[in-house]
Amino acid sequence: MIEGIQLEFFLILGTLVFFIGIYGFLTRKNLITMLMSAELILNAVNINFVAFNKYLYPENLEGQFFALFIIAIAATEVAVAVSIIISLYRRIKSIDVEKVNEMKY
Amino acid sequence: MDFGQFLYMRHEIILSALALIVLIMEISSDKKSKANIIPVLVALFFINTVAGFLPVETGSLFGGMYKTTALIILMKNILNAGVLIVFIQSAGWLKSNFTGNDNIGGYFFIVISSLIGMDFMISAGNFLMFYIGLELATIPLAALVASEKLKERSAEAGVKLILSAALSSGILLYGLSLLYGTNGSLYFDNIASSFQNNSLQVLAFIFIFTGIAFKISIVPFHLWTADVYEGAPVNITSFLSVISKASAVFILIILLFTVFRGIEGIWNSVLYFTSVLTMTIGNLFAIRQKNIKRFLAFSSIAQAGFIPLGIIGGSALGFSSVVYFVLIYLFSNLGAFGVVAAITNKTGKESIDEYNGLYSTNKGLSLVMMLSLFSLAGIPPVAGFFGKFFLFTSAAKQGYYLLVFIALINATVSLYYYLLVVKAMFINKNDVPIETIKNDGYTKLGLIICTIGIIAIGFAGIIFDYINSLTFGIK
Repeated sequence: MIEGIQLEFFLILGTLVFFIGIYGFLTRKNLITMLMSAELILNAVNINFVAFNKYLYPENLEGQFFALFIIAIAATEVAVAVSIIISLYRRIKSIDVEKVNEMKY
Repeated sequence: MDFGQFLYMRHEIILSALALIVLIMEISSDKKSKANIIPVLVALFFINTVAGFLPVETGSLFGGMYKTTALIILMKNILNAGVLIVFIQSAGWLKSNFTGNDNIGGYFFIVISSLIGMDFMISAGNFLMFYIGLELATIPLAALVASEKLKERSAEAGVKLILSAALSSGILLYGLSLLYGTNGSLYFDNIASSFQNNSLQVLAFIFIFTGIAFKISIVPFHLWTADVYEGAPVNITSFLSVISKASAVFILIILLFTVFRGIEGIWNSVLYFTSVLTMTIGNLFAIRQKNIKRFLAFSSIAQAGFIPLGIIGGSALGFSSVVYFVLIYLFSNLGAFGVVAAITNKTGKESIDEYNGLYSTNKGLSLVMMLSLFSLAGIPPVAGFFGKFFLFTSAAKQGYYLLVFIALINATVSLYYYLLVVKAMFINKNDVPIETIKNDGYTKLGLIICTIGIIAIGFAGIIFDYINSLTFGIK
């Protein structure tokens, strides 16, 4: 429990970060930036988990463990995604999502 | 401590051992002996599939994190059988495409690790376990889709898959965090028993449903499907469209029937609308496809739209009809993809127009394709009819007559485009049809297994009775 800061603040922060992530994912044209937006979403989830854990259920650490696992798995996800993006970059010399349009409809 | 308990997770243990065996074979074999990995692996995986059917006690492990029931073991066996067919079908492709320095072992390793993830996901008793299984099932697939390094399409499909997977798992996790906030527990049993049906939990459910709907490619979360299916190598597309989708359907129905039982009314209406949308849009888009892989992608979206008919209402009959439908869908779709793989890998032709006159040169392939498409469409003598029949029955028993009516219309529409392909193969004339393809033993074996499955499962009433006996007492 942190003096003077209520749970709601953390939840509002988490929600804001989550929707910034969604917005960024849907509007950005750069594949790396889209990946960063996906990371923002995961960090919003981490904030939520840790805040809920600390404020509402401090007797066990389930939420914090979950956050740790999310961080680890997000790293693997980024590793695979970046390697695929590099492989794509070698083909089309660009990471602009507008250029990734060989297949449509 | 009783180590015998670990036999509960024998599917995962055997698969992990297989994955290690692949790695060891990969590094210990030189260029010439690399092709030997294929027959050894297929044989080992066959043993694994058979071993999965051995009766062993069921129970839960790790304080309820992991649990098995006879039904979950059946689901894992269905997935195992599907992967076995995929391995058999991809042997010819591996031999011709992966030579020299390319690692055949990598293909097997990635598919097996993805399968381990699916198994853990299905038998999870805790959302942490579920999430790890889900990611282990998804992330390797993206690497597999992008594995044709020389083709731009393959990398493009890989990017589309990994980004939509990242977004969907983010949304799912946000729902999980909200659910954790309302309950203070991540165990399925605790959440189910303390469900208060408040609006935050409903919101959490919507997020979680969205995340899983991405995996099953339910409309409106289907946009990645066609591109990824088209860009990936055919054998991997068949893995994606069958095994990956089947595992997501299994976990969805388990979650709905256990964790979210408290808000049954809400998920019924969610399923109602997504089902109608998925069937209709999948069918309408399938009609206008010119590429056979995109065509099968949209057909698989439309097929996914029929599955909610069994889940809706939450009856035990619905549960067993969904498992039965997935079993039949597995054989029919693998049959269709097996034919497409045999043709594409030999000739590179993917357009439906190029299938004109296929019967004049490739009689066997055309017949298998016809049977598979009939089964997907649901024409009576083959198994697909019975699968759809039970789904419709269970929805009608719950009183969803309008939904069944819409599904019937959609089944008729789907008949039209499936028959277009059959017509192209059998009736349309073509001056330069695809030349006669000499298939190797593996491809033939894979197609024969699919054909037997398509014909036999419908008539073997014992299978449905068996599934029904497992789901007894779920409600």
